[in-house]
Amino acid sequence: MTDSVQILATRLSQRFEGVLTDCHVAFGQVTIELPPEHLLDVCQALRDEEEFSFEQLSDVCGVDYADYGRADWETEDTTSTGFSRGVSQGVFHSDVTASKSRFAAVYHLLSLKHNRRLRLRCRIEKDPPQIDSVINIWASANWFEREAFDLFGILFTGHPDLRRILTDYGFIGHPFRKDFPLEGNVEVRYDPDKQRVVYQPVTIKNRVLVPKVIR
Amino acid sequence: MPEIRNMTMNFGPQHPAAHGVLRLVLEMDGEVIERADPHIGLLHRATEKLAESKPYNQSIGYMDRLDYVSMMCNEHAYVRAIEILLGVTPPIRAQYIRVMFSEITRILNHLLWLGSHGLDIGAMTVFLYCFREREDLMDCYEAVSGTRMHATYFRPGGVYRDLPDSMPQYQPSKWHNAEEVKRLNENRQGSLLDFIENFTDRFPVCVDEYETLLTDNRIWKQRTVNIAVVSPERALQLGFTGPMLRGSGIAWDLRKKQPYEVYDKMDFDIPIGTNGDCYDRYLVRVEEMRQSNRIIKQCIDWLRKNPGPVIVDDHKLVPPRREEMKDDMESLIHHFKLFTEGYCVPEGEVYSAVEHPKGEFGIYLISDGANKPYRVKIRAAGFAHLSAINEMVKGHMLADVVAVIGTQDIVFGEIDR
Repeated sequence: MTDSVQILATRLSQRFEGVLTDCHVAFGQVTIELPPEHLLDVCQALRDEEEFSFEQLSDVCGVDYADYGRADWETEDTTSTGFSRGVSQGVFHSDVTASKSRFAAVYHLLSLKHNRRLRLRCRIEKDPPQIDSVINIWASANWFEREAFDLFGILFTGHPDLRRILTDYGFIGHPFRKDFPLEGNVEVRYDPDKQRVVYQPVTIKNRVLVPKVIR
Repeated sequence: MPEIRNMTMNFGPQHPAAHGVLRLVLEMDGEVIERADPHIGLLHRATEKLAESKPYNQSIGYMDRLDYVSMMCNEHAYVRAIEILLGVTPPIRAQYIRVMFSEITRILNHLLWLGSHGLDIGAMTVFLYCFREREDLMDCYEAVSGTRMHATYFRPGGVYRDLPDSMPQYQPSKWHNAEEVKRLNENRQGSLLDFIENFTDRFPVCVDEYETLLTDNRIWKQRTVNIAVVSPERALQLGFTGPMLRGSGIAWDLRKKQPYEVYDKMDFDIPIGTNGDCYDRYLVRVEEMRQSNRIIKQCIDWLRKNPGPVIVDDHKLVPPRREEMKDDMESLIHHFKLFTEGYCVPEGEVYSAVEHPKGEFGIYLISDGANKPYRVKIRAAGFAHLSAINEMVKGHMLADVVAVIGTQDIVFGEIDR
């Protein structure tokens, strides 16, 4: 198994030389990274070329790398100040927004013929994030891309029906971005006077009991 | 001359055949469906976001609540993802227990599917039969984990505890007198393994009963044969996995092709269909129940002969026993650290997939080295299946929509997450 994974990684880096920005094997899984402008060509080749034949797209996943590698709680300060029961948790570091590729789309491919998997990552530099849709290569991308659009605001150009899918009708914002609060911005309740459901700003405050620690 | 227009109809979200909270907007030409547009998300709980805000071990319970009819299989994918990142291998006995409970879960899921699918398209009795057997399997869950559904039994590094030596017993009550209780408790006198073995002996006959009711039933065939035919090529394109893919004739099963735990030591077959219609998918799932029964039997044999640890002995990952904790300072510290901070998982990313009763259930886990996951993506089989409903129902009658929802084995816990 590990051998065939290595071979796949070598073949991929030979075939797409100059296109891939990264190709590595970790935990027996191959990951390739490439810039968004080459996405469609590479995907087409991965599906149609005999030696790869990735017939199925298992998953498309949006990732927001804004908070990557940041701890909530610097352990050096523990004795003097301690962790303030989560009040300052989830403070968004505005300087990361400036970093060029905050978002990424991660594709998981499966080849039934060769019994292999491949992970493909595209870092998106544009703001708002924008990337080509792979719906014409794999039909299963349809809802996965709608989900990534809904939750992260990644725009998939060429997608025929890019609507929100999981959030409410008329929802504002992209909830899985790291700067979107866990408890949300609005809540709904039934208003007996107006005799209908109303939206109002959230009344609860998120209380985090466990800080994010990196050791 | 009157203007003829297609009618748009709303199906659900409160329809009993919508299997939860599916809202379908159907464009009808008479009684024939032109277009189906599913509106999902009514059960969206942002599980992935919640998991990002909690230590790794505190999210196992959320996994149960994804596909709430195959609880342990969801846990399995999540727990395996953590184990791969940590580089931990559970003890062999734990692997057998996991396989056994994954298969019990598969039967649980298929029983609920068969019962509700039957109910949706007009077979009331099967539902009652299926729930009779489900009750016994729920009792297995209860005996091993203390809850009937949301078990949180699989933990990183093994399973929470070993199989118990006794089964819970029925007690006399207003509804059951002493004599009745004695009869109900007959197969509960031994250990959990005895109870499961007793079940596996009875179960093939039960499956025969379901098949007597349905397989050659004229009404059942009229409702399922040649409904929602999916070709193998199309099934791959649409991201189908599990019984949906096998129903179209592709012999793809992760338990065979990419074996995890001890599935490579198990002897079982993969059933496949030929036409790719609802009837074939029904036959595939029924046969899967028989195969799961075979796997459970093999696990019981092995588990009887081989006692041993069921979880790794590493207190950085697994809480110490309660008794140890009471009189050992170090154990107390380990306990405190585990429940206040959890453990840090090395930086990296992993995709772990299991053969879930509904198809491929995958967890894509990104860790930045913290005690909380950086991103958890749940790849739910039902999500890909439901996205293809438009293709599957086009040109069929309104009543067939219910058959298609049934054959896809939709559960909203995993689709909406």
